[in-house]
Amino acid sequence: MDEFVRHEGIAAPLLRDNIDTDAIIPSREMRRVSKHGLGEGLFAGWRYLSQEGREPNPDFVLNRPAYRGASILLGGANFGCGSSREHAVWALKEYGIRAIVAPGFGTIFAGNCVRNGLLPLVLPGEVIAAIAAWVRAAPGENRVLIDLQAQRLEAAGQAFYFDIDAGARRMLLQGLDAIALTLTRGEVIDRFHRRRQELRPWLY
Amino acid sequence: MALTLFDKLWNEHLVESQQDGSDLIYIDRIFLHERTGSIALSSLQAEGREVFCPEQVFCCMDHIVDTFPDRSDDTTMPSGKDFIVATRNHAHSAGIALFDLLDPRQGIVHVVSPEQGIVQPGMSLVCPDSHTCTQGAMGALAWGIGSSEAEHALATKTLRVQRPQTMRVSFEGELAQGVSAKDMILHLIASHGAHGGSGYAVEFAGAAVTRLDMEARMTLCNMAVEFSAFTGVIAPDAKTLDFLRGRPYAPVGERWEQAAAYWRTLRSDPDAQFDRELVVDCSALQPQVTWGTSPQHTVAITAAVPAPDAPGATDRAGRERALAYMGLEVGLPLRGLAIDAAFIGSCTNSRISDLRVAAAVLRGRRIAPGLRAICVPGSMQVKAQAEAEGLDRIFTAAGFEWRASGCSMCFYAGGEHFGYRQRVISTTNRNFESRQGPETRTHLASPVTVAASAIRGCITDPREFLES
Repeated sequence: MDEFVRHEGIAAPLLRDNIDTDAIIPSREMRRVSKHGLGEGLFAGWRYLSQEGREPNPDFVLNRPAYRGASILLGGANFGCGSSREHAVWALKEYGIRAIVAPGFGTIFAGNCVRNGLLPLVLPGEVIAAIAAWVRAAPGENRVLIDLQAQRLEAAGQAFYFDIDAGARRMLLQGLDAIALTLTRGEVIDRFHRRRQELRPWLY
Repeated sequence: MALTLFDKLWNEHLVESQQDGSDLIYIDRIFLHERTGSIALSSLQAEGREVFCPEQVFCCMDHIVDTFPDRSDDTTMPSGKDFIVATRNHAHSAGIALFDLLDPRQGIVHVVSPEQGIVQPGMSLVCPDSHTCTQGAMGALAWGIGSSEAEHALATKTLRVQRPQTMRVSFEGELAQGVSAKDMILHLIASHGAHGGSGYAVEFAGAAVTRLDMEARMTLCNMAVEFSAFTGVIAPDAKTLDFLRGRPYAPVGERWEQAAAYWRTLRSDPDAQFDRELVVDCSALQPQVTWGTSPQHTVAITAAVPAPDAPGATDRAGRERALAYMGLEVGLPLRGLAIDAAFIGSCTNSRISDLRVAAAVLRGRRIAPGLRAICVPGSMQVKAQAEAEGLDRIFTAAGFEWRASGCSMCFYAGGEHFGYRQRVISTTNRNFESRQGPETRTHLASPVTVAASAIRGCITDPREFLES
């Protein structure tokens, strides 16, 4: 998995609450049994003028020239709520998004982010609104810097410290493969599995 | 120490706590479906990893299958067949039980699992599907995960999870006629926001929950994810055991007695402490309907479209967007709003009891001229049961299409849909933008409300059809 240690980039404000994973990647854009080929469908309902075509909606933030190459999203409350589709994260990643800053995330979505090297970063809504205002003044120059090691986001000449659970932080910093990591605990799992067969035999 | 039901379920499956603060949780059962399960299985295989206990993994074809009577692998969704065939091939090579397209047990995963007795109290169960919380109604620790986590669970029989906090939502008072579990959960989400349950595992309790039958409890738990909860759970009781007894995968004989003795311990201790407690009085609860594009955009059916800055509204910009999307004006009464279509189905409300209440209203009546109305039973067994009771004839005589089982038009995957900007009243769980079709305008409601609205051709208070 890709690591996330430190990243500086253009941040695109999309400060809507409850941006659901259907909005991030509509189901109609999930055409293949694959984790790839999803970037084009990212935010398709908002990004293109019609559902059939691919003509960019010039009003959508990611289509504005100033935000070309944006790699950080500034979002609203409950970002990534709804469907569990990991395709939302795969689409964001393929598009080039490395971190999302929001006041809160859908639980499954946040877990999906961490498993794909994408940082879900929680800051209060008013802080994000202030960062967004600063970014809007000059998106290309007013870049946001995120240092996961230090749990610090730098923007608008200030440093904002954020919390992240230690497990997610470690996974991201080291780009760990969770399955490989857990397989090192195979013996403990086997023991639990055998004990459970004795304790709750009706399950087996 | 006094423990909550959730604590007991969590501790029961705790393999070990990790140094980084996450817990390694043992997973008893895994469900997959062709939409997200196919990619999990193919990715696992590509990595050269095996399924730990394939006999404890199940797979349903439900998400993108057609629901026409003569359906096949060739779907209305352009590339649907790829998902179906990949899932079938991977399930077979991994030795996973598959409820395939033509299996008489086929249906929506969260309907099939309880119906077959696969989910049981005290079990941990995951599925790469957000509505897995539905199955918490059985007193199980059941929650939705992503595809990578599904691979993790398949390969290791565990998941690394951050322990959520605990919340109890006590629904007190007696439900009035025409008011159901769907109205309870919509009202809760409207009152506390679509993120109100974020970070919590929610136990639904209280007299109104105890009185609900098992299927209604599933409806309640189904939408815990729309509340952004980790999951929902209800303590098993006599109704739970009665529901489970005799089902194909339920234990029998001595094993049943052994299991039942354990299941009866699965309740929050009287003095257990929750991190948060909410109480909802149901005695004055009315049928609910959504007006906007989030389940939190819910009002009583007798209300009008609220102003974006109405008291308690925290998402003014979102509400303004929603008004424009839905083509509604502030102050417009919801009752009487003309609809183009009505949908009864989905893992929220497609069980036999849902079809019975809808049929009771539709009996001897016709849907409004020009309206499109569709009923999609949650499983082929629900469909067979409904047909044995003659409900299919009531639906079709009323003008409803009577379909085979699947997730159907709960979401639009590029295949069948309700049409551009059509206004639909629906028993499903999500009124998101374009969820049911291109710019489709969805109003969520209970089955009885959808049935009543289908007859009038506009959003209708179901109590107008109920005898007092």
